[in-house]
Amino acid sequence: MTVAVPLSLIEAFDELARTPDARLIQGGTDLMVEINFNHVKPVDVIALRRIKELRTWQVNSNNTITIGSGVPYQEMEVGQLKELLPALAEAARTVGSPQIRAAGTLGGNLGTCSPAGDGLPVLFALDAIVHLQSLKSSRDLSIHEFMLGVKRNARHTNEIITGVTVPVLDGWQGYAKVGVRNAMVISVASACLAVDKKNNSVRIALGAVGPTIIRCRDAESWLVQQLDLTSATSIDTTIAQEFGRRVALESKPIDDHRSTAEYRRHAVGVLAQRLITRAYTS
Amino acid sequence: MSTVKQDTRLRDILGTSALRPDGVAKVMGSFSFSSDMWAENMLWGATLRSPHPYARIISIDTTAALLISGVSAVITAQDVPGKATYGLISADQPVFASEFVRYMGEPVAAIAADHPETCRRALAAIIVNYEVLAPVVDPELAMLATTEQIHPDGNLIRHQKIICGDPQISGDITVEGHYTIGMQDQAFLGLEAAMAFPDSGGKGVELHIATQWLHEDRGQIAACLKLPEDNVRLVLGGVGGAFGAREDISLQVHCCLLALHTGRPIKMQYSREESFFGHVHRHPAKIWMKHHATKEGKIVKVESRMVFDGGAYTSTSPAVLINGITHTQGPYQCDNAVVDGYAVRTNNPPCGAMRGFGVVQACFAHESQMDKLAQACGLSPVEVRLINAMHTGDKLITGQAMESVAPVERCIRETDAIPMPEPLAANANVLEFPGGSGRTADRQNIVRGIGWGVSMKNLMYSEGFDDYATARCTLSNGIASLKFATSEVGQGFVTLAPQIARSVLGVDDVVFETSDTQIGSAGSTSASRQTWMSGGAVDGACRLVRERLFEHVGELHNIDPIRLMIEHTDVIDTIGTFRISVTEATQGITLSETFEHHHRKTEDLDANGQGNCHVAFAFVAHRAVVDVDIELGLVKVVQIATAQDVGRVLNPLSAIGQIEGGIAQGLGLAVMEEIIMDNGRVKNPSFTDYLLPTALDAPSVVAIMIEEPEPQAPLGAKGIGEPPCISVTPAIVAAIRAATGKALSRVPVRPQDICL
Repeated sequence: MTVAVPLSLIEAFDELARTPDARLIQGGTDLMVEINFNHVKPVDVIALRRIKELRTWQVNSNNTITIGSGVPYQEMEVGQLKELLPALAEAARTVGSPQIRAAGTLGGNLGTCSPAGDGLPVLFALDAIVHLQSLKSSRDLSIHEFMLGVKRNARHTNEIITGVTVPVLDGWQGYAKVGVRNAMVISVASACLAVDKKNNSVRIALGAVGPTIIRCRDAESWLVQQLDLTSATSIDTTIAQEFGRRVALESKPIDDHRSTAEYRRHAVGVLAQRLITRAYTS
Repeated sequence: MSTVKQDTRLRDILGTSALRPDGVAKVMGSFSFSSDMWAENMLWGATLRSPHPYARIISIDTTAALLISGVSAVITAQDVPGKATYGLISADQPVFASEFVRYMGEPVAAIAADHPETCRRALAAIIVNYEVLAPVVDPELAMLATTEQIHPDGNLIRHQKIICGDPQISGDITVEGHYTIGMQDQAFLGLEAAMAFPDSGGKGVELHIATQWLHEDRGQIAACLKLPEDNVRLVLGGVGGAFGAREDISLQVHCCLLALHTGRPIKMQYSREESFFGHVHRHPAKIWMKHHATKEGKIVKVESRMVFDGGAYTSTSPAVLINGITHTQGPYQCDNAVVDGYAVRTNNPPCGAMRGFGVVQACFAHESQMDKLAQACGLSPVEVRLINAMHTGDKLITGQAMESVAPVERCIRETDAIPMPEPLAANANVLEFPGGSGRTADRQNIVRGIGWGVSMKNLMYSEGFDDYATARCTLSNGIASLKFATSEVGQGFVTLAPQIARSVLGVDDVVFETSDTQIGSAGSTSASRQTWMSGGAVDGACRLVRERLFEHVGELHNIDPIRLMIEHTDVIDTIGTFRISVTEATQGITLSETFEHHHRKTEDLDANGQGNCHVAFAFVAHRAVVDVDIELGLVKVVQIATAQDVGRVLNPLSAIGQIEGGIAQGLGLAVMEEIIMDNGRVKNPSFTDYLLPTALDAPSVVAIMIEEPEPQAPLGAKGIGEPPCISVTPAIVAAIRAATGKALSRVPVRPQDICL
């Protein structure tokens, strides 16, 4: 096995051109596990971790934020990123242990595209744009077009995920994740809710309850009819409950060794109800 | 010449919080665990395991594997020169499966190669032709005569009943329940690992191994290798935890066989996934229990039926079963009992020793029952337990008299007196809520509950077993050197043994000789027994050396040795002014003594389960306070209050470590730790999916140690390793019941058990 350690994107594309079947590694918190389990045996690996361009983030003039695919989760838990993207900060805190959060990145979540990826519901709720770049071109894809299924995405093999751009919204946003222990646990079910007051919309995205992250469009549009999202300061319990019920209906969970479909469906309903209640509790 | 030091205070004697000699190295990462061993010219060993829970082996073709460059040996059952099977109680487990594989992960072949990657390729190249059979996984079905017997020894490993007093008697009130205990894993952090060095000529082997019992391993290995025991030398490798999972043979025989076959050192180590298949687990059990009581809540009779799933091979199932049924009554007076216990063979993974050893299962049932009894009689959980609390001298349901100090009442009262935690504050940190970092709960979703658990646990081996311990003490030039085969698995004997030597001999410097089989057995590091047994052996050896020292000093200085004693670091004349430091007194001489400590004899149970089968007992009470998110079924254990009967505290820091660690392990069984099985297949052999408690799951522990020295125990101290993990599990479940009103008859309690 060869491991290339490019120091810039240009060098990385050179490596990728030379070894087109290479596996890309960022923090390694997914790939190294697969290698250790002997599930994959990559011949060539390109380590993106030393590429400084991927480890930066910036607030753009159009009130959006672009986060490099190599920014570790621990940076999202604090500071300006936390202030502007609180749901992402909360999601980042649920990722593994401090050691894993120092290594793991959104690039890895996107590259792996597991429905249990902790950062993905946030990107779905915020309608993130995924930036893909190859030697000769670059393209931007909506997260909804990027994630295709369980561990499947629209990245071409000659592309590198360079980052994501998400809007800074005016409105409450939050994230909640159910696991069977109180930290360092794979998601049994998760949800991200974001209120966009400017557009009078609410977005809710569910993790680990379907083959992809699920945006609950029906529940979202139902809620907009019940509540003026811009001016409301509180929410009726019955509306919150019904919102939860509708969200649960849109989930597509399965039974596995981590939980049951029935519990997962129940859990996302409870999470949705609680998140919308938090959004409208001063 | 050294000068006489006067009144030098001894450091780190018994009763102090002496620090672990290996503590800093373990924290810094420089401690050498057995997986860190390395040798020139060594090969790597690896194991081929069955992918099926039950199958007939039609053929094994190793030709292709042997042709791979770098592969030195491929061995199967036909390459085992001696006994084809091993086992702690019954040698019914094959070194390699030959005719049938009886559980998923059973070893079929082993290989030696120049690199772990070569090993992987060679394993993949071995062609095993299986006829897959339908596994027998339900112990209730397995024990029926009409069910296929999956082993020549049959499916019923052991059946034992207990009939005590009047089996027909009944009480004013009866309460009953069916309880289920899931399969817990010991989940030690230091994986199975060993290194075997063949003697030149192939007539012997030296195995460096992380184990709980060097001598027992040696006996089983030597029989399989067909070598005299003297030609098989075992040396203790660095052990990273055990909890019962290192009592059985795992890679020992395979590693030695490969070394003898290749004539080269062999290194073997399991991965985490392989470890889940490579060692025994805690027995899953189903227990029916019925209590008869007076209307005042006094127990009249207990009835129970216990079924332990032993998995494919015997391991310690017969002893686990006896522990389970003989602890049916718990720490309560009970004159009448009818108990029926079964340990059954299935195509599930073999189950054996784990901290608590059968008592964990019984305790979950009897403590759940005590709460039902309390409710039926209108008593509080504390009242019903006090009314029934056992005392020294009481007769057990086996007919044995409780000779141990039995401060059950004190354990309960002192636990009850521990202040409750503060109520959950309005502005509490969300990380402290059920759901923790997942931020699932808000303050108003959380309900608090309180629950109780009290337990009794036997110490040492039972049923006539003489699990003695041996130690040698050598004193020279002021330095005591200790030799024993005691496995240090993290419990702290390496801290305690020098404390004993310092206290007895008045020396500061204590060194260890290698722990190996070049001295008599120390018995297993299990059954809460090493402080008592190996501690007794070290104490005995040190005392013999002290006698020799007094004789020597007495002769030299013309003083009757009977007048001499140790004061701090000096030998003094109790009725004179003579004083000499131990260092000075032992210049140029060597005093060495070996001592074997035996506990009192025990006996087998008769057909009605009567007999003095246990050596001694320890007691503990736990009170759990939990916060529950009822809608999501998530739990945070807030506080565990506990008062434990320890006899005497020999090292407060070590003792609290055992208590906190045991509580974490019992918490794991209560709410998260389970090997999930699907028709004989393990579904979660990884730390991603086998969940151990993290810092955010750990409760605050408030512990009281009750010191009533045990007259039978050499140092007055009872074993403290197991009790902390036993009754904490039912206490937590009782607290969840109190918060939710759910019946909860199964552990671990899953979120869906609470909220759906």
